[in-house]
Amino acid sequence: MTVAEAPMVPVVEPAVEPEDDQPVRQQGIAIICYSGELEKTWAAMILASTSASLGMTTKVFVTFWGLQTFVRDGRRVTGTNWMQKMLSIMSRPGIKHRKLSKMNFLGMGPWMMFKLAKQYGVSSPAELLEVAEMMGVEFVPCQMTMDMFGLTREDLLPGMGEPVGAASYLADVAAGLSPIFI
Amino acid sequence: MANVTVDAKGLNCPMPIVKTAQAIKTVASGDTVEVLATDSGSVKDFAAWAKTTGNPLVEQTTDGGVFRFVIRKK
Repeated sequence: MTVAEAPMVPVVEPAVEPEDDQPVRQQGIAIICYSGELEKTWAAMILASTSASLGMTTKVFVTFWGLQTFVRDGRRVTGTNWMQKMLSIMSRPGIKHRKLSKMNFLGMGPWMMFKLAKQYGVSSPAELLEVAEMMGVEFVPCQMTMDMFGLTREDLLPGMGEPVGAASYLADVAAGLSPIFI
Repeated sequence: MANVTVDAKGLNCPMPIVKTAQAIKTVASGDTVEVLATDSGSVKDFAAWAKTTGNPLVEQTTDGGVFRFVIRKK
């Protein structure tokens, strides 16, 4: 048998391996929860829970004053030095203790907001947070803010992910998540 | 007859959508979810939700301020 008559052997192409440095394209939103004010916390929680309901990848990066929102219930004084402690005393942490940016009136404003919310069937930020976590929204704390405010992972809500920096957030934006700054 | 009914009456944005998204996870493909809502913003929201998630809105009726939506899971 000559070479020309030899049966054809199918050529097996090597499978194309995706390159490691190519990020997986993602659709969804990446919220920076920067403000600790009640109305902005509310907006962030509404967007996070709704985005997850739409089946979109949803990540919330919690930084600066926003981080105080995600401190566990019952943590009254946080931090190690007097400045960090004073900060937590002056501005009580926790999602249930947010203040309005306008017309706070020593808590009278938020009290009225919650009363109106109840009347009109609007869920509170705390309720929306619970829903968002249940629906798979990722909450990620900022390591730098944690250091600066003297917060440990034990101070933060148990559902929070591994602390990261700005590069991790921007990598998610580069991968396709739409940035939202609140 | 829908497989699951979500009573979102009295709830405001975004809870009717959130509860629907949770309910749709519990049913099989081809099953339907019926939602009852009183939030008038939900009319536009359910159309948007159906378009984005790909679960078609197969029925939509209004009865005295109560909006009824029927969604089929894709």
